[in-house]
Amino acid sequence: MYMERLAEPVPGAAIDPMQPRFERVSRVQREGADIWTIEIDMADGFDFLPGQFNMLYAPGVGEAAISISGDPAAPGRLVHTIRSVGMVSAALCRLEAGDLVGIRGPYGHGWPVDQAAGKDVVVIAGGLGLAPLRPAIYRLLAERARFGRVVLLCGMRSPEDILFQHELERWRTHLDIELEVTVDHAGADWRGNVGVVTTLVPRAAFKPDRTIALLCGPEIMMRFAAVELANAGVPDSAVYVSLERNMKCAIGLCGHCQFSGVFVCKDGPVFSYDRVRALLALREI
Amino acid sequence: MIDGMEKIVREQSFFAGLGQATIDLVAGCTRNTHFAAGTMLFREGDPADEFFLVRHGRVALEMSAPGRGAITFETVSAGGIVGLSWLIPPYRWSFDARAVDEVRAIGIDARCLRRKCEADHDFGYTMMMRFVPVLVDRLQASRLQVLDVYGTPR
Amino acid sequence: MTATVLLSLDGLAAMIAALRDQGYRVVGPRLRDAAIVYDDIDGAADLPAGWTDVQDGGTYRVQRRADDARFGYAVGPHSWKKFLHPAQLRLWRAERGENGTTVTHDREPDQQFAFIGVRSCDLHAIAIQDKVFLEGPYPDPHYAARRDGAFIVAVNCAVAGGTCFCVSMETGPKAKSGFDIALTEILRDGEHVFLTEAGSERGAAILAGIATTAADDEHVAVADAIVADTAAHMGRRMNTDGIHDLLLANLEHPRWEEVAGRCLTCGNCTMVCPTCFCTSVEDTSDLAGGGVERSRRWDSCFTQDFSYVHGGSVRASPQSRYRQWMTHKLATWYDQFDTSGCVGCGRCITWCPVGIDITEEVAAIRAETAVAAIP
Repeated sequence: MYMERLAEPVPGAAIDPMQPRFERVSRVQREGADIWTIEIDMADGFDFLPGQFNMLYAPGVGEAAISISGDPAAPGRLVHTIRSVGMVSAALCRLEAGDLVGIRGPYGHGWPVDQAAGKDVVVIAGGLGLAPLRPAIYRLLAERARFGRVVLLCGMRSPEDILFQHELERWRTHLDIELEVTVDHAGADWRGNVGVVTTLVPRAAFKPDRTIALLCGPEIMMRFAAVELANAGVPDSAVYVSLERNMKCAIGLCGHCQFSGVFVCKDGPVFSYDRVRALLALREI
Repeated sequence: MIDGMEKIVREQSFFAGLGQATIDLVAGCTRNTHFAAGTMLFREGDPADEFFLVRHGRVALEMSAPGRGAITFETVSAGGIVGLSWLIPPYRWSFDARAVDEVRAIGIDARCLRRKCEADHDFGYTMMMRFVPVLVDRLQASRLQVLDVYGTPR
Repeated sequence: MTATVLLSLDGLAAMIAALRDQGYRVVGPRLRDAAIVYDDIDGAADLPAGWTDVQDGGTYRVQRRADDARFGYAVGPHSWKKFLHPAQLRLWRAERGENGTTVTHDREPDQQFAFIGVRSCDLHAIAIQDKVFLEGPYPDPHYAARRDGAFIVAVNCAVAGGTCFCVSMETGPKAKSGFDIALTEILRDGEHVFLTEAGSERGAAILAGIATTAADDEHVAVADAIVADTAAHMGRRMNTDGIHDLLLANLEHPRWEEVAGRCLTCGNCTMVCPTCFCTSVEDTSDLAGGGVERSRRWDSCFTQDFSYVHGGSVRASPQSRYRQWMTHKLATWYDQFDTSGCVGCGRCITWCPVGIDITEEVAAIRAETAVAAIP
């Protein structure tokens, strides 16, 4: 890389909200065929709420909105899990330890973890959607006594594509949470469940009138999971989804992330389902 | 009278809410079955003579492709129905069903049930209203799987 | 702030000169490339004296007037966002030098703007962009730097443009607030004066420093009549009753497909619209590998990849993009900023190559909806 000295770190708000702070990648880990996790040790800590995201800047290439996927109780280590799908994300996935990366954030409204206190919590993750949910899961596990039943339902493409597999296996050993993983298809050596994640909802144990549900994954998956939750008696206002749209600024000024009247960057990305349900049913909004 | 089956059938949530006469009609077509882990309940192409209501264990629905081996596309667990092709001609299974764990299931004689549905259309309607929702759910789930929502878009 | 005076032509020139002398960068209307555009002016002599414009859907022509009115036209392709929200802006540069890498920002302009000839519709547009850029959770420092201290000389329109509908949008023709000085040009037999109102202390201060005469009731009445006449001759009308709910309840209306058959998605409307604010960001690096830079430029929701997410654009069809623009401008803007996004300036109608008329589109949706409601 051609940068040798970091720019003056900007604590809190930058002079220009479009200017990133530059940090060095500390560790990189490959999670799957096209998924990498990059970790940045932040000496002064990087506080964030589960569900928030940063704009990560691959120097000279561009920025992408990436959800923070680390532990909010460990702000000294900033973690992002990135899938290589385009020019910028591919550049971010090519970063190595020691490389410079730019950060702007944290942005957005996060998961309503505190509002879930005293209630059952159902977390439904589809594919890479597990990454933006992981900070919330960490908090649910760390503060387990504050919540009722905790149910984690994860849908993945196939056994080879299970994200954070070792962590899921570790979480599974917790006796006080229910964790089910399912895959869309599998070979004969998979002894786990096969079927879409929505099919796990009717079998999960939670009290629908005292449940908060957190959903993250492809939009189709979230729509149908929300239907299953509604069928089970969970009101739309208790279901939360995380949406994704094109973002250039993440600060509500470039206009790209608009979804009807809401800006996904500053009004979301986490929304209660009653607010966005009608919009999600419309095409090309 | 197949003793005991009537009681077992009545206990299944799949048949919840049915009257005694209806339960008896169904039970008359049933028997208890047991499959060791790894054994096949049926294979693709076999005549769809008997389908199953799982009481215990899990059944993998799968298809085989050359070079790819067996691909599981659905797992059915307790309370679920294995096999729906008995509903329509040519009454042949369109996939394999393999016991993942040790499976105990109610085996339902398809010919017997079809005969009774034909003879008593009210009974037939009641049966269809039980099985059609399963079909719809499976169809919906299949659609989501086909969309490969987790796949990388090209 | 209602000190009302009369300025002569010399007074107008003196006012502009005074603003220059005070260090403002004076921009105003001038004739260039067969259009009346907003650009730097050296003095009153640069104003398009004796020119007017003839506008309609997809049509703009300048035309000679019989008199030499300085402001005898409506609005052209430019709006004041050209200066307040520049079309291209470098945000920062990070470069490697002998002492390591440093991030630099371009300095904001030293000179404050003085805008000459801001119409009431554009005053409202500036106020709307003030909300967008200054009242959100992340105020835009570049807009703020250009907006703060900008001196505004408004003009009350004596000519209603062929596509104007400020009356429908309640944004004119009379400038009511948001200006430092407001002028109404009065040109009649043997007299060419400007009824002049100070709208702020520094406006009053400028006027105090130049020769003016007192305004009498008769001139005030004439000025009022001019504005009333303009109001009575609007080129277009838009019925805004319940427009928010009307549009959002008709997202699948067949009219969208119909207009999509005409719309070229060229984005002209978004470029000329005084409230459109969307931008995109460009990150570049120089070939020598010495530095990287980020800049910002205007963008348009009409572009193919404006709404691109991995896999494709959310709004792929032209129909969905036209719908997005119009429903944002007239409906969801209320949800976001408590105001309409439209000020009735008519530029989108004039500068659309195929003459799509936003007032006609609203009327069409309203009309067909009304018909459907009859049992």
